[in-house]
Amino acid sequence: MFYRETGEFRTSYPNDSQTFPIKFDRRLYYIMLFAAFGVIPFLINDYWANAVFVPFLIWAMAALGLNLLTGYCGQISLGTGGFMAVGAYACYKLMTAFPEMSIILCIMFAGVITALVGILFGLPSLRIKGFYLAVATLAAQFFLVWLFNKVPWFYNYSSSGQISAPERTVLGVAVTGSFTEAWAKYLFCLTMVFVFAWVARNLTRGAIGRSWMAIRDMDIAAEIIGVNPMKAKLSAFALSSFYIGMAGAMFFANYLGAIEATEAFGINQSFLVLFMIIIGGLGSIAGSFIGAAFLVLMPVLLKNILVGQMGWNTAIATHLEFIIIGGLIVLVLIVEPHGMAQLWRVAKEKLRLWPFPHAS
Amino acid sequence: MEIENVTLRFGGVTALKDVSFDILEGEICAIIGPNGAGKSSMLNVINGFYHPDEGQIRFRGEHRPTLPPYRIAHMGIARTFQNIALFRGMTTLDNVMTGRVTRMRPNLMKSMLWWGSAEREESENREFVERIIDFLEIQSIRKTLVGRLPYGLQKRVELGRALAAEPSLLLLDEPMAGMNVEEKEDMSRFILDVNDEFGTTIALIEHDMGVVMDISDRVVVMDYGRKIADGPPDEVRNNQTVIDAYLGVQHD
Ligand SMILES: Nc1ncnc2c1ncn2[C@@H]1O[C@H](COP(=O)(O)OP(=O)(O)O)[C@@H](O)[C@H]1O
Ligand SMILES: [Mg+2]
Repeated sequence: MFYRETGEFRTSYPNDSQTFPIKFDRRLYYIMLFAAFGVIPFLINDYWANAVFVPFLIWAMAALGLNLLTGYCGQISLGTGGFMAVGAYACYKLMTAFPEMSIILCIMFAGVITALVGILFGLPSLRIKGFYLAVATLAAQFFLVWLFNKVPWFYNYSSSGQISAPERTVLGVAVTGSFTEAWAKYLFCLTMVFVFAWVARNLTRGAIGRSWMAIRDMDIAAEIIGVNPMKAKLSAFALSSFYIGMAGAMFFANYLGAIEATEAFGINQSFLVLFMIIIGGLGSIAGSFIGAAFLVLMPVLLKNILVGQMGWNTAIATHLEFIIIGGLIVLVLIVEPHGMAQLWRVAKEKLRLWPFPHAS
Repeated sequence: MEIENVTLRFGGVTALKDVSFDILEGEICAIIGPNGAGKSSMLNVINGFYHPDEGQIRFRGEHRPTLPPYRIAHMGIARTFQNIALFRGMTTLDNVMTGRVTRMRPNLMKSMLWWGSAEREESENREFVERIIDFLEIQSIRKTLVGRLPYGLQKRVELGRALAAEPSLLLLDEPMAGMNVEEKEDMSRFILDVNDEFGTTIALIEHDMGVVMDISDRVVVMDYGRKIADGPPDEVRNNQTVIDAYLGVQHD
């Protein structure tokens, strides 16, 4: 009986199209925001930041990006790892070339550069779809990683072939480099992801998002009612790559600090992000977060329980992780193609009608 | 709009053979004929999805060059489809709002921040769309995914999406196929109201001769890709060729 929209009236269209029209959802959202910004920063330590929270936030950013392209616009991509690499290397080049530039701007410009690369590799989508497009983006993945290993200019001719992030501060607090404290790293990533999740929500609830979804649901009808397919697809590639580029930049600068392209941004990462949005929910902002949380948390949890508590060896635990992820994806695809976000939506629908399951 | 000597071929099949007729401003023009006569193909040529192999389309007195379909939508031509072509993953409201695409100029930056003109444009268009929703009496399914709606309502939402573009020419491909009498009456009323209130020119394909005779100002009859008659409903009904080719025989 507690989940109700009765008695809540919306008296204007902006009011009706707000993100959380139902009070219960709105409260839940505020509570989570309060915990994320007001509680966790005080409790967090290095282990929790590096094993759970920071990777969760960065993968959520990447999942948001891929969800714009695949979940909203229906264009499949296996190039996520490659685009993250573009973001990371662009960020590195910007940080070293312009030491005075704010790290926030570096990350955003890295996103813009990745967006341009994304448009370039999105061009095939104007001609091909589905499986063939996936193969084309796979080519992008391999080409980009190869490029960053092959051309020394990208890693400033360093002898190790690695790139490493110099220290940068925001408001006097270090957020990159080896002296960064856990809470600063966490709060920086949280703020970035929070702001851009809100931007993603704005994009998807307006005219631009509708033209993406129209292309996804029926591209021919979309074109006949006036959606310019080239504009819709390339803007989806651009914005998706913008997010993924920023995620790559943060993965490098804030999280790992030093990386090498093949290791950090291989094809595995492309699949990981794809699994996140499939499990979390295609075409859902919340789903991007749920999927990222799930795939970041599960290995940590399994390792703690199986290796830590029960004394299994690590290799077996890792295999079990693969089995669970694989099984889950198959299960989600069969049972609920819209992912966990949809399960939550269905649960809420049931709650609204409770205790009268057939009223509606 | 003038259709002049249009011929359309698919490989060996000639779907349209030297078809010419006019659609006059403000009229309701019905296209009838047996299945496979080329009626849908005719609409597809008019809205630029197919390009004629011979002949031309003149729109507002000028030759219309070969353009991609979305450009033609921007010229004020909207349509519905014989097999419903709604965006199934979107709500009724979003489907109809998508019909406003030719009327909206979203600015990327402002849309990202949901700021100023972005929010205003969205609200203004929402207001217009709500009027269409009221007009079509689909208020209660506003937030329902269209994939879950029954067939008759889907047809209505599709009409709403086409109307949202405020088209000057509206093409309806069998808007009443598969409907019961009551639903057909509703749909006929909507079509007449649209024509009356907004002065929208309408070209529709319909098999129900009762409906055709009631609502259309002019009837074009097609058979085997050719136009065999063209005129006011009464005249066409008594035309011997039409009776032989279409009205006399059983059809669905
Ligand atoms: N895309 C297509 N490819 C090949 N043949 C087609 C295509 N579209 C229509 N046709 C052919 O054109 C003819 C006319 O079809 P259509 O315009 O759908 O008829 P109607 O709408 O009057 O029933 C049919 O013989 C059909 O097989
Ligand atoms: Mg047809």
